[in-house]
Amino acid sequence: MLEIQDLHVSYGAIKAVQGINLKVPDGKIVALIGTNGAGKSTTLRTICGLLRPEAGRILLDGDDITRLPPQDIVKRGISMVPEGRHVFPDLTVYENLMLGAYIRTNQKEVQEELEGVYGLFPRLQERRQQLAGTLSGGEQQMLALGRALMADPKMLLMDEPSLGLAPVLVQEIFALIERIHRQGKTLLLIEQNARAALTVADYAYVLETGRIAMEGTGTELLANDEVRRIYLGEVAD
Amino acid sequence: MQLSMFFQHLANAISLGSLYSLVAIGYTMVYGILRLINFAHGDLLMLAAYIVYYGRGMFHLPWVPSILLAILLTAAIGIIVERSAYRPLRDSPRTTILISAIGVSFLVENLGLVLFGGRPQPFPLPVFFDSGSAQEIGGVRIENVTFAIPVVTLVLLYVLLHIVHRTKTGMAMRAVAKDFDTARLMGIDVNRIVATTFAIGSALAAVGGIMWGMKFPQINPLMGMMPGMKCFIAAVFGGIGNIQGAVIGGFILGVAEIMIVAFLPSISGYRDAFAFVILIGTLLLRPTGLIGEKVAEKV
Repeated sequence: MLEIQDLHVSYGAIKAVQGINLKVPDGKIVALIGTNGAGKSTTLRTICGLLRPEAGRILLDGDDITRLPPQDIVKRGISMVPEGRHVFPDLTVYENLMLGAYIRTNQKEVQEELEGVYGLFPRLQERRQQLAGTLSGGEQQMLALGRALMADPKMLLMDEPSLGLAPVLVQEIFALIERIHRQGKTLLLIEQNARAALTVADYAYVLETGRIAMEGTGTELLANDEVRRIYLGEVAD
Repeated sequence: MQLSMFFQHLANAISLGSLYSLVAIGYTMVYGILRLINFAHGDLLMLAAYIVYYGRGMFHLPWVPSILLAILLTAAIGIIVERSAYRPLRDSPRTTILISAIGVSFLVENLGLVLFGGRPQPFPLPVFFDSGSAQEIGGVRIENVTFAIPVVTLVLLYVLLHIVHRTKTGMAMRAVAKDFDTARLMGIDVNRIVATTFAIGSALAAVGGIMWGMKFPQINPLMGMMPGMKCFIAAVFGGIGNIQGAVIGGFILGVAEIMIVAFLPSISGYRDAFAFVILIGTLLLRPTGLIGEKVAEKV
């Protein structure tokens, strides 16, 4: 289980995250929703070690991982799928995937993982020798996802997996997210597409200006009037 | 001009060009990964030449150990320079780290003047490269060293491209060059990759410096300045950040320089200025260089 206790993160004078607490139990999908600038990405980047918090603790199965560098976080089984198109554009699809397995030393297992990822994303196999920069937005998102899976993580952190994708691709990505979850991965997902996120999430937190404004199961939040008004764009009945 | 004369010049041109290429690679690799012009790079040439000079003259080491020692020590110095002068400034504005690089260059040059003295010293030559030893091929007399430089460069280039494109470390180098943060998310230890890049670039500069000493067998603490500037220009001309570009840039620069001296003797006094004309021309007409990557600010 991943547990965040009273986390504070700042960029200079700007306080992006101001004391959030959250839990991601093993085998669950947890979503973090909120508007732009609510602190979702900051939280994720702090968990994976790219940002240093001012205060607070991040615990993984009881171990304090708060100030570990990113490479140690990856080795402990947390992989990040970064936002948008953060694949390596002038490396091939295959090389991108192999970089995902950078921390692994057993080449036989890596090959098996690669087969698994190709099974999940047949299009990546077709385009394995192509430069990642030549893929479409949806394919790049799948590459980012496949690349994270190559590390065989216990937990995936996903930063806006549906951002900038056509509706049909959003559906496809969320179907894949559920499929990956069924394979036993724990997921922490941040999304602006609140409806899609809440539909798949076991539990969700709503972030507003760096604080947790609400939390509950996906179903509860989908039924919540305020969530429906602000995040789902519905008029309350 | 006789044909044999032309081939004579051509051999010299190819030799000088490949020497420039070798040193230009170091500039381009460091730039590719840190977006930094490592102005101290040229001075590493000088350090390597002096290490061989002292290894031979003072410690009477055989050739192979003294050359290996020079390569290893220069690589280590490259790592130390990065660790002490560049890494602490990695999140500072680009100009700050550039000034730091210029500072390192002055430091190394002046340290060289203090430690080695300003008087030029004769560079020791192995028998095979003695100024008398040359091959006659069809009336063209090619000194052994002139022939050896392109061969060594080609071998090292092959090894380097193999490392960059066929090994895990090389893949990590290309990833770090593109995107620091995402590379870290892959579990890559960015500091280690940067250090490796400096080690490789500095080792190539060391080989360049030793060959420079063998081609122009007089060394002094400022000997790295002009080759350093020219190879930096070669890297920019070829397209900085791109290894193939550095090789092509260095090659063209060396060939053009020799040809100007050979065919336009009246302006041969300006041979060093020619490189700067190329730099200005490149910056004005094609700032990305011959085959440079598109200018994209790293975010």
